[in-house]
Amino acid sequence: MRNIWTIFKRELRGYFATPVAYVFLVVFLAVAGALNYFVGNFFGREQADLQAFFVFHPWLYLFLVPAISMRLWAEERKSGTIEVLFTLPISLPQAVIGKFLAAWAFAGVALALTFPIWLVVNKLGAPDNGAILAGYFGSFLTAGGYLAIGACFSAWTKNQVIAFVVSAAVCLVFTLSGTQFVLNFLAGWAPESIAETIGSLSFLTHFNAISKGVIEVRDLVFFGSVIVLFLIANSIVLDLEKAE
Amino acid sequence: MIQADSLTKYFGPIKAVDGVSFEVKKGEVLGFLGPNGAGKSTTMKTLCGFLTPTAGSASICGYDIVEAPIEAKKHLGYLPEGAPAYADMTPRSYLGFIAGIRGLSGAARRQRIETTVSLANIAAVYDQPIETLSKGFKRRVGIAQALLSDPDVLVLDEPTDGLDPNQKHEVRKLIREMAPKKAIIISTHLLEEVTAVCSRAIIIASGRVVADGTPDEMEARSRHHNAVTIKLDKDAVANAEAALKDLKDVASVQSPRDGTLIAYPKGGISIIAAVSDLARSKKWPVEEIYAERGHLDEVFREITQTAA
Repeated sequence: MRNIWTIFKRELRGYFATPVAYVFLVVFLAVAGALNYFVGNFFGREQADLQAFFVFHPWLYLFLVPAISMRLWAEERKSGTIEVLFTLPISLPQAVIGKFLAAWAFAGVALALTFPIWLVVNKLGAPDNGAILAGYFGSFLTAGGYLAIGACFSAWTKNQVIAFVVSAAVCLVFTLSGTQFVLNFLAGWAPESIAETIGSLSFLTHFNAISKGVIEVRDLVFFGSVIVLFLIANSIVLDLEKAE
Repeated sequence: MIQADSLTKYFGPIKAVDGVSFEVKKGEVLGFLGPNGAGKSTTMKTLCGFLTPTAGSASICGYDIVEAPIEAKKHLGYLPEGAPAYADMTPRSYLGFIAGIRGLSGAARRQRIETTVSLANIAAVYDQPIETLSKGFKRRVGIAQALLSDPDVLVLDEPTDGLDPNQKHEVRKLIREMAPKKAIIISTHLLEEVTAVCSRAIIIASGRVVADGTPDEMEARSRHHNAVTIKLDKDAVANAEAALKDLKDVASVQSPRDGTLIAYPKGGISIIAAVSDLARSKKWPVEEIYAERGHLDEVFREITQTAA
């Protein structure tokens, strides 16, 4: 536990030691805000909720989250610091979890900084703050799922660009599988059970369910399993590299 | 304290380390010598648990590096090749991080960090980002990282690479001072470093140990070991050359320059006494006379080239 905490602190501080963190935060807040106002028609809807805000998050994360995760391991390998890290008395899972949690906390900071929009909506009307909280929670879980995928692919290559592109592509697959487009396409010929399974593997399906304000166990299980599975894969990839 | 048993490491089909065995006891400083690409760094990475050996085993203070990696690494300080460190951190935050992982806290932590900073001589750059440091300071930050927990075993991959002659001297002095209480391995391709700090040396070529001995023993393998160089008046050279050749322990005599003769002994035995007696009895006008210890670089070339 102490080692995870030590690695977590170092990593998180690492984000804010370089301009990357601030650039990321500014871009995230600007794009999230712009999508909400212009595409989501936040004011025009005349509804006191944040549906128009949250609906874009999975799509926004598609390219922003791999930008956080791509450096997780790729940079350590490129600079050689991974050799220092793995000759210190820590276990592989401690390093994997510490780094993942730091990236997730950073994503959490970015998300938390969108709070002005929550203030605005409360100023303008009387929204269901429970639903908004659920929206934030779902958004945070989605970011965690994407991050676990990204961390795994970051361990797989020392090239950050490759890590970014592959992570984004895999996250896209996990997102698209829940869109109406894919579901309609499948509905034409695939058995219902298969279409349902593919749909249930989508971040979108589970994110939408939570952001409507209904937190169900199966959605939590989905995000939990994606994160755990990809972190295990992350450890296996790192372990294979040692033996390579 | 360090034990390697037929350590073998393949990268795909390439055999990088091929059955390397050695032992380092407390108080010993083992020098790893070898041409670039010979497998020095790979041996060290495998020994320190960064790479998993394909075959064979290694242990640190009795803990197997594969079976009990955490225990083994607790006793180990390792400076990887190129002294990597988190570029965005300062030496202060970097050492703080290492101290955290090493489980140091409170007064012990303060005291160890203070000692290490002064040993590695990095106080001047303590609060500058590591990426802005010169090569020499980066190397010393790396050394500080390895020393921080005062480990029983130190493995330093090219600890003096990129340092100027003064800094090299400092680091060698530091290694010599620590030597009695630790088992230390350093790799280098500077042969003078071996004579300066190592109590034993291993030459690695193509992943195999091709020579293992004290620096003195290595030098004794040189053709120049105990050869006597004598500088005298030009006119006396011809007579002297003939007389030297007649000495019973002299194998051959060469004259590399005018007025200089080198007598090579048979079987590397000492002939300086015989040669100086001869010079005195014949009353040669000797300007200079000395015996060689041997040329380590020559031995190195000979061993590594025949092995490769």
